[in-house]
Order: sequence, then structure tokens, then C-alpha cells
Amino acid sequence: MPVILQLFLSFFQVGLFSIGGGYATIPLIQQQVVQLHQWLSFQEFTDIITISQMTPGPLAVNTSTFVGLRIGGIAGALVATLGCVISGFCISLLLYWFFHRYQENQGIQRALQGLRAASIGLIASSACTILLIALCGTSQLAAVASFSVSAAVLVALSILALRKLKLPPVLVMLLCGGVGLLLHYLPVDFLRL
Amino acid sequence: MNGQKLRLYAWLAAANLRISAFAFGGGYVVIPLIRKNFVEKKKAFTEEELLNMAAIAQSSPGAIAINLAALAGRRTAGFPGAVIACMAAVIPPLLILTLISFFYQEFREMAAVAAVLEGMQAGVCALIVDVVWDMSRALFREKQPLFCFMMPIAFIASFFFNVNVALILVACAGTSLLVWWLQRKRRDKLCR
Repeated sequence: MPVILQLFLSFFQVGLFSIGGGYATIPLIQQQVVQLHQWLSFQEFTDIITISQMTPGPLAVNTSTFVGLRIGGIAGALVATLGCVISGFCISLLLYWFFHRYQENQGIQRALQGLRAASIGLIASSACTILLIALCGTSQLAAVASFSVSAAVLVALSILALRKLKLPPVLVMLLCGGVGLLLHYLPVDFLRL
Repeated sequence: MNGQKLRLYAWLAAANLRISAFAFGGGYVVIPLIRKNFVEKKKAFTEEELLNMAAIAQSSPGAIAINLAALAGRRTAGFPGAVIACMAAVIPPLLILTLISFFYQEFREMAAVAAVLEGMQAGVCALIVDVVWDMSRALFREKQPLFCFMMPIAFIASFFFNVNVALILVACAGTSLLVWWLQRKRRDKLCR
């Protein structure tokens, strides 16, 4: 099988079987990329996860780009990314159409409301994980060993800036990046994030 | 194709490029960004519709950020809008990762890059706390006991017990459907 096709099929599977996104996709990608096809070593794979956390964009898209480039150049990157995005694109549009089509059906609307409540709970859970990473340097509740006061203060100030001053989100992100850089070059060690 | 439509497509592409370029920390960070751009600025749809889209994006396979971009594009400018939005959302990570893959060893070891990104992580936290706050408040204001219970239960199951996300979604949709069906059955009996 041509390698381009293989790339597409592999990432199509990753895209199709990863519901919920985020960290849930890691084992799936690992299985395809490290175990099955040996496109990346385990070390390279963990490096990508680290880079993914530092750069914008979904983990699956970042990994597919990286692996695609390695294996099939620019065309490989495009094909792999298309593979991991296409099923979500089709299925979410289909679901949207479905819920729209049955707007008058109370049962289906109740199910959608249930999904909505669950979705808010899941977003809250992901918010807590991100807070753990930023404040305690770990994503596992059981592994919490430290707490960064300056990061907590920065988070609190950013929330105030968003809610009270109504600053645009992108500006808040840029300001936070600036503060991170500033604190890094200050001679005071305990202020580091 | 008329000028108005072209302008809408161009706006959609620009908005998604911008949103995607700042979506550090994955899926959920796009929700506040989409809200700011689509709901508050452009008034393309309502807060309630955004909640529905977020729930659908989450219940579909694949990356939530991409699914949500496609849905917001579809709602704003039809099917071409969905394609444009989806492509625009994929381009920034594609470009950034392509660049990084050429010299990722150096990138990883740059202390200044790490410091900026660490600062931005605090910003990501604030964004997501802000959006969770607003969404929960909207949910609890609807005063529907079932859903007011469901949200914290989904949170606890996912955060403390690492229950599979797909399982949580299916269980919540199923329970709502079941409760609705039972209520209807009881009402029918009373009417008879």
C-alpha cells in the first residue's frame, strides 16, 4: 500500500475513534504511530506531546502534521491532517442537521439538553486539569506536590481582566506571555512561574 | 456569488485563522474565542446555540476545536462556510508544526520561548475558567433539576474518576431521554 494512503487511513482511524478530544487521543495515536507503523520512536512521540502543549491547535492535528511531514513530506502532512479531521467534520455536521431537523421533537431536544449539561461538566473537568498543570505542574490530582503562587496570582488577575475590564481574550493571552517572559528575567527566583 | 457573501467568507476565514492561532491548550479554549467573535461581535448566533454546538462538537469524534469551527462556519455561512472555517482552523497548527519540525530540538531548549508559553498557560486557565463560569450560570438559571444535577455529576465522573468521555455523554443523553419518556407516560396516565 502506498505510504500516503497508509498515512490517511491511520489518521482517519485516530480521528474516528477519538471522542472527547484532548488527552483521550494520546493512546490511540501512540498505537497507530509508534506500535503499529513505527513511524516515530517513543521518545519522539513524547516530544510531540510536549510541543503540542506549547503550541496552539489540537494534539491530533499537530501529531498528524509532524508524522506526515516525516513520512511523506508536505503532501504527507496534508493527507494525514485531512484524515484526522474529515470524520469529525462530517459527523458533527450530520448531528447538527439531525438536531435541527427534529427541533420539534421533544425527546430528541431533551437528549440534546442532556448532552449540553454533560458537555459543560466535561469542560469544567478539563479546566481543572489545565489549572493543575499551570499551578502545580502536573495533570494528575494524586501527583500534586507543589503550588506556584505567582502563577495563581497571574491566573486570578487574568480572570479579573476578562470579567471586569472586558479585555479581549487574545490581548490577555499576549499580556500573560509578556509577564511570563518578564518574570523569567527577573533576578528573584520565587517569582518564576 | 455576490460581494456580501464573499465578504462573509473572508471574515469567517480571518476569524478562524486568528482563533486557531491562539487556541493554546487544545479544544475548549476555542469556546470563549468563538463566543467573543461570533456571538458578541458578529452576532452570528446566540449563546444558547453556541452551547448546542459545543455539545455536538464534543459528542462527535475528532478534535473539538475543528468540529466547533466547522459548526460555527456552517451556522454563519452554510456548507461552504463550514469548509472554509474548517480549513482556516487547520492552517495555523499545520504551519506552526511544519516550522517546528525542522528545528524542534532548538525550539524545545529555548528558555525564553518556554517562559512566554508558561505565562500564556495562565491566560488559557483564565479563559477557560471564565467560560465555565458563564456556561454553568446559564445552565443553573434554567432551573431544570435534572440538568443541574447532571453537570456536576459529569464533572466528578470525568475529573475524579477518569470515566471515559463517550460513556459520560451517552449516559447523560440516555438518562435525559428516559426521564422525558417516563414523565410523558405518567402525564398520559393522569390525563386518561
